[in-house]
Amino acid sequence: MPIPAPLAQVQIRRRDADSCVADNGFCPDWIVDNLDRYGTPFLQHVYLTVAAVAIGFAIAFGLALLAHRRRWLVGPITAATGILYTLPSLAVFFLLQPLTGRGTLTALIALVSYTLLIIFRNVMTGLDNVPTETKDAGRGVGLTDRQLLWRVELPLAVPEILAGVRIAATTTVGLATLAFFAGAGGLGGQIFSDINFKSNVVVGGGLCVALAVALDVIVLSAQRLLTPWQRAR
Amino acid sequence: MTTTLAFLSEFADGIEFIFSSRESNTGGVQVGGSQLLDLLWEHLKLSGVAVVISCLVAVPLALWLGHIGRGELLATSVANVGRAVPTLAVIAFFIAYLGVGFTNVALALVLLAIPPILTNTYVAVRQVDREVVDAARGMGLSAVQVVRKVELPMALPGIFAGIRTSVVNVVATATIAPLGGVITLGDPIINSSVYGDAGRLGASIVVAVLAVGTELVFAGLQRAVTPRGLKLQSGDAPRRRPFAFPKRRIQTSP
Repeated sequence: MPIPAPLAQVQIRRRDADSCVADNGFCPDWIVDNLDRYGTPFLQHVYLTVAAVAIGFAIAFGLALLAHRRRWLVGPITAATGILYTLPSLAVFFLLQPLTGRGTLTALIALVSYTLLIIFRNVMTGLDNVPTETKDAGRGVGLTDRQLLWRVELPLAVPEILAGVRIAATTTVGLATLAFFAGAGGLGGQIFSDINFKSNVVVGGGLCVALAVALDVIVLSAQRLLTPWQRAR
Repeated sequence: MTTTLAFLSEFADGIEFIFSSRESNTGGVQVGGSQLLDLLWEHLKLSGVAVVISCLVAVPLALWLGHIGRGELLATSVANVGRAVPTLAVIAFFIAYLGVGFTNVALALVLLAIPPILTNTYVAVRQVDREVVDAARGMGLSAVQVVRKVELPMALPGIFAGIRTSVVNVVATATIAPLGGVITLGDPIINSSVYGDAGRLGASIVVAVLAVGTELVFAGLQRAVTPRGLKLQSGDAPRRRPFAFPKRRIQTSP
């Protein structure tokens, strides 16, 4: 009994794809057919990263402004955020679980705690690198401390501050791959669900790298927009 | 109030797991207590092998690149790429393509450990005062002698900063090595069906303490290897660490 030609073709292609999956090869067909299963984890990953960096930036920036006024705070804040930075993320997820349970909140607390040191250190470096002459000139034209901070020091510190944000963002993309241990999903859960299957690992890992690069480019563009005087050069 | 007590008792249970062994949830095997020493040994062995190999690869390469003043793009982009590729993805990649086992997981960790060492060593060598190097040449030192007697000692604090970053990263990352079949301290965390919730919490505490301890030990080592001549002029120390503060010398982490 001859099978109609188009149907036969479909069957052959599917068998090829299946054998590729069965042989655990790198299967473009399987990737195209199953791309939609990476959608939700990817969005979770984006959410975790962006939220963690945004919250971390708010906290670290506030701490840095505080330490800028009261220099003695620099040491203690650096030491405290340094300890948070050293703790392995996997351990932090489970140390927090008795307190905050499983879920996005636990993952976010851990991820935020990693961004603090990076951003704090870079904001401080940026503020400290503002030339004294520039600050004196600002004072000379009659700026108050607050005006000096927001109109002179912070704009000049933008490159260092955003360099910190870039490092924090790419680091967080990597750490968020472990967030599924805390029950917060993300691409790591997708990678882990079939860790022996090459196609899955390549797509999951590739999406992480793509996200890290994309965030890097976005922050770089923001830096160009925020520092027009550097473009003129 | 009851919730407060509940989490306190969970922590107490986790701490008890560290100090006394118990039967596993699946039965038959003793876990916790002294069994953790085996896991600790495997953890340290895996981390040690990975760090030693990456030092042997990265330090000579970066010393040489720094000495001839080439490969700046390589040295800096290695760090950026290394940061963008997630640990879990690298380990998963190695497991999927090469299979599980000590060697493969150690190799994956080597890839993670190389970037900070390479970049820090390169930067440290490049920041050795050119006039000092010229003076050494003028005294008739050969290229190898310049590297060994001038550039290496002066770059040592920077090199150790890189090694310290890598060691702490590797010790933290070795926690997920059980995914690749190496039974490290991460085993109770990842296979909690065997060890139970107390085991998971207990191992988390041990791993956290181990990471902070490693950081402290290597911060001390970094101070110890700093040549005395450099300590004297530590006023301009910030150049040694890429993101350290100018003016004052502050340890960025304990």
